[in-house]
Amino acid sequence: MAFAFETEGLVKRFGRTEALAGVDLAARPGTVLGVLGPNGAGKTTAIRILATLLRPDGGRAEVGGIDVVRHAAEVRRLIGLTGQYASVDEELTGRENLVLLGRLLDLGWERAKVRADELLERFGLAEAASRRASTYSGGMRRRLDLAAGMVGDPQILFLDEPTTGLDPGKRDELWRTIRELVAEGRTVLLTTQYMEEADALADEITVINRGEVIAHGTPAQLKQVVGGQAVAVRPVDPAHTALAAKVLRAVSGHEPDESGGVASAPVDSPRLLSEITAGLDAAEVEVAELSLRLPSLDDVFFALTGHHDSRTDAEVDAA
Amino acid sequence: MTASTIPARRPWGLMRHSLALTGRNLTKVRRNPGIFLDALFMPVMFLLMFVYLFGGAVSGSTGEYLRYLFPGILVMTTVLAGLLSTGLSINRDIKKGVFDRFRSLPIGRSAPLIGSVLSDSARYLVTLVTLFAVGFLMGFRVETGPVEALAACALAVLLGFALSWITVVVGVLIKEEAIVQTVAFLGIFPLAFGTSMVAPTDTLPGWLQSWVEINPVTHAVEAVRGLLLGGPVAEAATATVLWSVAFLVVLVPLSVWAYQRRV
Repeated sequence: MAFAFETEGLVKRFGRTEALAGVDLAARPGTVLGVLGPNGAGKTTAIRILATLLRPDGGRAEVGGIDVVRHAAEVRRLIGLTGQYASVDEELTGRENLVLLGRLLDLGWERAKVRADELLERFGLAEAASRRASTYSGGMRRRLDLAAGMVGDPQILFLDEPTTGLDPGKRDELWRTIRELVAEGRTVLLTTQYMEEADALADEITVINRGEVIAHGTPAQLKQVVGGQAVAVRPVDPAHTALAAKVLRAVSGHEPDESGGVASAPVDSPRLLSEITAGLDAAEVEVAELSLRLPSLDDVFFALTGHHDSRTDAEVDAA
Repeated sequence: MTASTIPARRPWGLMRHSLALTGRNLTKVRRNPGIFLDALFMPVMFLLMFVYLFGGAVSGSTGEYLRYLFPGILVMTTVLAGLLSTGLSINRDIKKGVFDRFRSLPIGRSAPLIGSVLSDSARYLVTLVTLFAVGFLMGFRVETGPVEALAACALAVLLGFALSWITVVVGVLIKEEAIVQTVAFLGIFPLAFGTSMVAPTDTLPGWLQSWVEINPVTHAVEAVRGLLLGGPVAEAATATVLWSVAFLVVLVPLSVWAYQRRV
């Protein structure tokens, strides 16, 4: 089989809302597909269809070459699911949760216990094994969710926004774990709202918005469309913004954006940063803030659609 | 690779998975006994309150009233336990995403539902034993025999089990736990009190008498009364069984269906 999982023209309607309007997703075995989009874009719907939790209204979805509608039971033997909507039982301990899942996967009592302890060890939860999941911190909880998806040692993992709400340290830790799981040959579908996360983990990225695919490519290809990193300069004196923009234009060769007392421009290499600081010094611009960042989801949408997607702001409670 | 790590489907899967989930539910009851104690104490409180407050007025003596009321309370106990807990715990699982986790596993779709009902049955048992103990201390004696008493319990449990699926369906259809709780609670009143449980029904207004005659709980109360105290049983017991089977035949497929098409 060419793809570990694949959807073609996937359609899903909830009442009159079209959550998916013909979405194509695919990942080759052993790779990570990042599905990037704001809340309400259809990411979770797509993952739920692939995980057999939801029936599509149109199109086709296959996991391991098996149709998810006609042979849902077989598909469930191949996949591990982790995310906002597939969770562990908070009233049970970490170990109890994993043992229960092992028994539901027909491992038998002894194997289920051994498997649970392996996973607790691997995901750094051995010490918290006998504590109720409700007492876990955000990072531990995500690791337990991930471990819960790994009980059957699936080769295909669906991770639905695995790091949303984690602080950067915990997020990096989870990223490392995900990379390890991929290095062992697994295929991963990862949904995220963060360009940075997709860039860090995915081999290919599909950007979706309002139920439609608006871009697909490798991170490098997408960044070419969107622009790679950008430097932003906030002078102490807002009147110096134009001066700062002039420096950015000279060094980066790109047309800078000036708004709200900040001048920013895409840079092709982070090494240009020192030239920019030197330029700013020479121009005697006193800098309050200087940052180098990856394009945000909002930048991606701006570049792809020509307008800022309002739903990327303050959307946390929307779901 | 994957196929070898998860053993091929073994026989009796549905039963084993259901039992594993039953064990999980009982662990949760042990951890968080609140709802269980509600369903346990409410009938005991009703028994004490009705007997000592109204007993003299209704039947002339508390002893005579206890004899009349106890079979009704027995049925109310299982009806309460059924309506109040099963659907509520399922609702919680759905909201927290635990059910989605189960649904993504290669287990029978009805296993979580069967697991819930089985663990509840274990709780009915504890509740009934407690109730008989309290009744005994208050002076209630089974006037027939142990076989009849067991049959009375079985009948009450069957009805409670059947009615619990009302809350399961409501729990699956409605996401808001508080609303499910309200619906279950509202259901209790006509079902549990619109019967001959507390007092004979011949003084009730006509419309209420009609409901009482339809109400499956009435039939169960009459049957349990006959089984514990002697007297006619066959007709009421048959009606109870038929009602229970009817509830199960309609509600179980309905809840499985609603559960599968949940967003």
